[in-house]
Amino acid sequence: MAGKLKDEILYDHNHDGIDRRGFLKCMAWAGTGALCVMSGGVLKSYSLSRLPELSSKNAMGELNFVQISDSHMGFNKPANPDVAGTLKAAVDKINALSVAPEFMLHTGDISHLSKPEEFDTVDQILKSARPKDVFYVPGEHDVLNDDGKQFLERYGKGSKGAGWYSFDKKGAHFIGLVNVMNLKAGGLGTLGHEQLEWLEDDVKHLKHSTPIVVFAHIPLWSVYPEWGWGTEDSAQALSYLKKFGSVTVLNGHIHQTLQKIEGNVTFHTAASTAFPQPEPGKAASPGPMKVPAEQLKNVLGITDVNYVQGQHALAVVDSTLA
Amino acid sequence: MRRSVSIAVLTVALATGVGTITVGQKNNLASAQQKPETTEVKIDNFSFGPATLTAPVGTTITWINRDDIPHTVVSTDGVFKSKVLDTDEKFSFTFSKSGTYPYFCSIHPKMTGKIIVQ
Repeated sequence: MAGKLKDEILYDHNHDGIDRRGFLKCMAWAGTGALCVMSGGVLKSYSLSRLPELSSKNAMGELNFVQISDSHMGFNKPANPDVAGTLKAAVDKINALSVAPEFMLHTGDISHLSKPEEFDTVDQILKSARPKDVFYVPGEHDVLNDDGKQFLERYGKGSKGAGWYSFDKKGAHFIGLVNVMNLKAGGLGTLGHEQLEWLEDDVKHLKHSTPIVVFAHIPLWSVYPEWGWGTEDSAQALSYLKKFGSVTVLNGHIHQTLQKIEGNVTFHTAASTAFPQPEPGKAASPGPMKVPAEQLKNVLGITDVNYVQGQHALAVVDSTLA
Repeated sequence: MRRSVSIAVLTVALATGVGTITVGQKNNLASAQQKPETTEVKIDNFSFGPATLTAPVGTTITWINRDDIPHTVVSTDGVFKSKVLDTDEKFSFTFSKSGTYPYFCSIHPKMTGKIIVQ
């Protein structure tokens, strides 16, 4: 199984018999986010949508945290006229976890148009979540018109440059990267020289056995460059992480869950709490998908059974909770 | 109160001055004013349409966002730059010099276009 999965994108067609009672419920289902459990240095990720199936044994680890992404507060088009409602639904699921997560990661596109009131609304909704610490990285929608000044003022205390930083939790090293600034015509996401130098220095003195979790908005692997779903200089960033046995990369941006395993690195994208986007190349453009409720199950979804024990100390994953 | 009165006087004076200059320039601008060119570029489905547009000097190009996602119109060479345009919002720029003006959406940089001014 592990060999077969190497270098393979795993789409997420859920086969779990959701009962569809209204748009909000469907969207909440679609967009919740993931519970991440670090156990023995290995990160497992579970969709919040399937929590009732999660045994308390699965939820046990040395570290639990939650990833949410792409709230797009302020978006009000038909694909989801109530993005506040779907974010609240995600928070409800987080609060229902049997083991409270230590913190949350938000992988960007907090707001839709970088408006102060959009950030305020998200802050307000997330205040009701049990985990009090939220670590953010900006999406391109969070740095409109002001080169990210407002984002830094709100969320970037203690960060470097455009908002990158690292921190340690229970032996794991977390690195938040910014790849949505100074985008060039025709190009992809960019980390830039200054950030890459910082990253190299940041991990230089860590033990090889330290589990590494990198999070950024745009995927750090080439999901679909034709739609800009990738990062120009991610290869250089990943080269600094080669020595580590366990590296997990968490991204948002593409509003669907995909994963890929490449050597010691597991890449994982989170669903949006707001609206789904099409699979790479399956539509004329990556715009929001307007999905009839009866089809939602086919296009949004959570991750299939997908536990992979790595050959190194690493492993990965998105698993079913069954 | 006294201050706002003096500003009002100053504004009138400036307006008069500007009016005079405009009259002086009218002849030079006459040909452009006879044929005011306004052309639209539509932003839809994550693309600029038409992607390449050729227009005479003096043309005002208006970009209108028909997508349900915000976009920007940013000159690659720093000649013009819109604020973020939400659905149905517009941005206009008047091209007073000939040349080729490549531009892109700074949020979705795979979206590129070009204005050729002759």
